[in-house]
Amino acid sequence: MNSEIAFVTDGLTRHFGDVVAVDHLTLEVRAGEVFGFLGHNGAGKTTTVRMLNGVLAPTSGTAQVLGLAPTEQGPALRRRTGVLTETPSLDERLTGRENLEIYATLYGVPRREIAARVGELMELFQLDDRADEKAADYSKGMKQRLALARALIHRPQLLFLDEPTSGLDPVATRLVHDMITHLSHDEDRTVFLCTHNLDEAQKLCDRVAVLEHGKLVALGTPEELASKIGRSQRLEFQVASADEETVLRLLAEAPGVSAHREDGTIVAAGAEWEAIPGLVASLASSGVRIYRVAPQEASLEEAYFALQSEKEEMS
Amino acid sequence: MNGNAVQAIARKDLKVVIRNKTVSIPLIVMPVVILVGLPVATALMPKIGDMGDMQSLMGPLQALLAGYDEAQGPVVYLLAFMVVPFYLLMSVTVSIAGASDSFAGEKERKTLEALLYTPTTDGELLLGKLLSAWLPSLGIAWGGFLLYIVTANLAAWPVMGRLWFPTTMWLVLALWVAPAVTGLGVVAMVLISSRARTFQAAYSLGAMVIVPILLLGVLPLSGVMAFSAWVLALLGLLFWAIDAVLLWLGWHSFRRTKLALEM
Repeated sequence: MNSEIAFVTDGLTRHFGDVVAVDHLTLEVRAGEVFGFLGHNGAGKTTTVRMLNGVLAPTSGTAQVLGLAPTEQGPALRRRTGVLTETPSLDERLTGRENLEIYATLYGVPRREIAARVGELMELFQLDDRADEKAADYSKGMKQRLALARALIHRPQLLFLDEPTSGLDPVATRLVHDMITHLSHDEDRTVFLCTHNLDEAQKLCDRVAVLEHGKLVALGTPEELASKIGRSQRLEFQVASADEETVLRLLAEAPGVSAHREDGTIVAAGAEWEAIPGLVASLASSGVRIYRVAPQEASLEEAYFALQSEKEEMS
Repeated sequence: MNGNAVQAIARKDLKVVIRNKTVSIPLIVMPVVILVGLPVATALMPKIGDMGDMQSLMGPLQALLAGYDEAQGPVVYLLAFMVVPFYLLMSVTVSIAGASDSFAGEKERKTLEALLYTPTTDGELLLGKLLSAWLPSLGIAWGGFLLYIVTANLAAWPVMGRLWFPTTMWLVLALWVAPAVTGLGVVAMVLISSRARTFQAAYSLGAMVIVPILLLGVLPLSGVMAFSAWVLALLGLLFWAIDAVLLWLGWHSFRRTKLALEM
């Protein structure tokens, strides 16, 4: 990752009639980072990608993508961006190779380089043995891989990936994850990853943003977001089995803490980070034989759902 | 203007249409039925029909048929004049079928989004779509004309005894009017297709283009207007003028940002 900016938006907004699809989105994505864009269906992720590529005009607000204004300089911008759309969007009556060759021409890949580039991507995405079959005959996973190959055909500087591993088997998913990491870490390309897969976002993304009904509700590294909901919301205790009842009783007496048995351990939820030493000390002073205390860091998934419920409570 | 991109869009669409048998087969069958079936029917007609009514129908065209004898007149009337509206109708129908699919078909197949994300300009996108619909329409119109040269001469040979077709009027029709009329169908339909959500919706709206063509075809049969080389040249000019206006309107109103709203 470097210090340059891949794109920046300022108050980017898009209305569809009375519906506000994207609501004053202000965001800065650095060059070379893998940036996760999380949100439920209809949160505004696809609309944002369309506006950032000059395919949809914003109602208000501005964006600068790779130093260009998407609305005014769309063709020049799109020459440097690649987009994997939510559905593979392939011409199914064309073969896999024809799909890539035509898009290579459309993206301005020099004619003499097209065959080699297409062959290279077909091989990378393990489609070379089916390259001359119609895309209609491909499996869902193969179509997704072909669409991904198409998005990379012109070696874009900034890659927008909408659910890139949707429909892929674990082996192909690993391939895509490795490719994203390689593009970002080794080739310094920026990846803007729209995903529902929180595990994927946590694994791949340097930073994530959470979009809720078009509004940005959280932004930070996956760890930062997880910490926002309390770093040790869950504590796992391994104690002598004879002492389990005592532990459950004492934990239940602690303010804001609830405890239950789970897989041979006792799990306490709701304890503040600062209260943990006191909690452990009180158990020890009550004669509980403690073998292990493990704070469980909240995952991005937990942070995401905590944010969701927080929003619901507020509304 | 990136010519390679325009060509790539046209090439892509042509391949898709050719491989779509539900679209490509009617495009081939219809001209064959009209341009082979009508001459065959004409060749048989004098033997089985009463030609009395024919003379009254030929009334408005007597001046144009002055160089032909009594046996040749009806044949020339049927093969050179009666087929004109069918040829025009065929040309415009073919162009409408191809052009309806241009944007609406892509929306239906969910392939439009990837195309919009390419670095093509709006003009290149429109031009690529226009060419991909116009070139096959023109190919079919001209291919049909060549086929008709053969079938019309064969059908009329027993009566004419010489190669008499194409007439000057037909040269004007095929080389001047047909490109214009297919262009009219294509430009109108590509613009309609960019606003329609489905191929079927676009095709239905195409009727709005076909109706005026049908009217032009019916008029000479009613004796109001007789097709001649001059009349067709003027008709062609009118179609080219309409093409130019539609193209100008399309060029200034077509935006991918509007198309994106329909996805």
